[in-house]
Amino acid sequence: MTGLLNVLVGVVMGLNLVALAGGRLPLLIRTVAVQGVVLGLMPLILEHGALDWKLAAVAVATVAGKGLLIPSLLLRALRVARIDREVEPLLGFVPSLLLGALGTLAAVGLTEFLPLRPEHAATLLVPGALASVLTGFILLAGRVKALSQVCGYLVLENGIYLFGLLLLGSTPLLVESGILLDVTVGVFVIGIIVDRIQRTFDSLDTRRLTVLRE
Amino acid sequence: MSEIGLALLRAAVWLGLAPLLPGLINKVKAWVAGRCGPPVLQLYYDLARLWRKGAVLSTLASPGFVFGPAVAWLAVAAAAALMPLGPLGAVAGFRGDVVLVIYLLALARFATAWGAMETGSAFEGMGAAREVSFAVLAEAAVITGVLALCVQSGRLTLAGMLGESAGPGAALLGAGLFIVLLAENCRVPFDDPNTHLELTMVHEVMVLDHSGPLLAAVLHGAAVKLLFFAVLLVQAVLPLGHWPAGTALAALAAGVLVVTVGVGLVEALLARVAFRRVPLLLTSAWVLCVFALLVAWKGGGR
Repeated sequence: MTGLLNVLVGVVMGLNLVALAGGRLPLLIRTVAVQGVVLGLMPLILEHGALDWKLAAVAVATVAGKGLLIPSLLLRALRVARIDREVEPLLGFVPSLLLGALGTLAAVGLTEFLPLRPEHAATLLVPGALASVLTGFILLAGRVKALSQVCGYLVLENGIYLFGLLLLGSTPLLVESGILLDVTVGVFVIGIIVDRIQRTFDSLDTRRLTVLRE
Repeated sequence: MSEIGLALLRAAVWLGLAPLLPGLINKVKAWVAGRCGPPVLQLYYDLARLWRKGAVLSTLASPGFVFGPAVAWLAVAAAAALMPLGPLGAVAGFRGDVVLVIYLLALARFATAWGAMETGSAFEGMGAAREVSFAVLAEAAVITGVLALCVQSGRLTLAGMLGESAGPGAALLGAGLFIVLLAENCRVPFDDPNTHLELTMVHEVMVLDHSGPLLAAVLHGAAVKLLFFAVLLVQAVLPLGHWPAGTALAALAAGVLVVTVGVGLVEALLARVAFRRVPLLLTSAWVLCVFALLVAWKGGGR
């Protein structure tokens, strides 16, 4: 069980790096979608006993929300607002990839020194969560377009979800469901804002928003 | 089998079979494109033709123009002699021989670049500059991959570390070394062997002024280098040391064939990437090798 879980967390870490190195917005959105599906499958593997129907419902909701609903909304926004599909990096692709790799290595290396419970020490959940949060920050700070920043938020949220999996036994994804709801609403709102920015400025460059005056 | 017979067999495999690989790659490319393509043995015919011809030497060039390809060929052949061929083994094996192999490959690259700069052609200088700057990143990936194998197997000899299983990080290491193979041998995502535009060539432009036997040495050396990296990749991924000799040899041959067909498919289906994207691709190869090292370190290497 732990072996399969660690492989899945490893896949999530790899997808983080793909998201950092990818040069096209559709690729970025699809990477985040695949990451969401992988994360949605994790509770089913973690649960040792009989399959709880609530847990199954949460897994289905996560896969549907992160893997289908949010990506299709983002891809629709990309299509409707006629956004150029190149990601415009503030921080180049090679530096972001190296930062992400360094962060992942540091997360794996430093987790040994954290006071974890014995059943969590053998899994990669905590390093995976730290690496995803860091990747989310790099995407948020290092990309110009609003849509890639949304993807940054999603990766950040995926990291929080991984932390939430540690508490699966006591609080079955209560916090996580709330965050997922927030993010879904956020994506709706950002989808509308993206459309507005595009209409007002003819571009999605968030740097232009700083020159707004009353 | 006597020691001498074994040595002759190894030399025959390295030097005799190497020109088969570019022919196979071209055949796969032609097959994907629906063409008939050149014969698989085309490089042998080319080498025989070039060997009979005379060399044209520029009046500007120093003797380094002749030494460059010769030194490069010798260095690649020496690196191949140190690389174990599964159960056939290598000429010599000692602690840290892998470092010597990496340096021999670097020496071959230096000698090729030296020969390229001898005639003072601007195009050849550009090609040499690109070759060397790609190599900086590719070498980092190779060294990291070798380090991962060392940590995984706990051995310091090439034969020892390649005989062991690569462990759970084998897929990462294989992917990283495959990208390095494409970069080091100037295959498609990094360079197009069929291009005729001097401005974008990397390896082909470095040998524009070489002719006759010198060009034959360059082409043959490139084929041996391709076989070298294919053998390294297959042995790094498969635990050949744990299998009986016949199975291991068959697996090695099949693996090299799969890698060759893979290179051909990549070449047929992908376009070369823009120069500004090359560092990203090579950095990804390095990151893959770093993660293989991490897996070897965390996942209980000896």
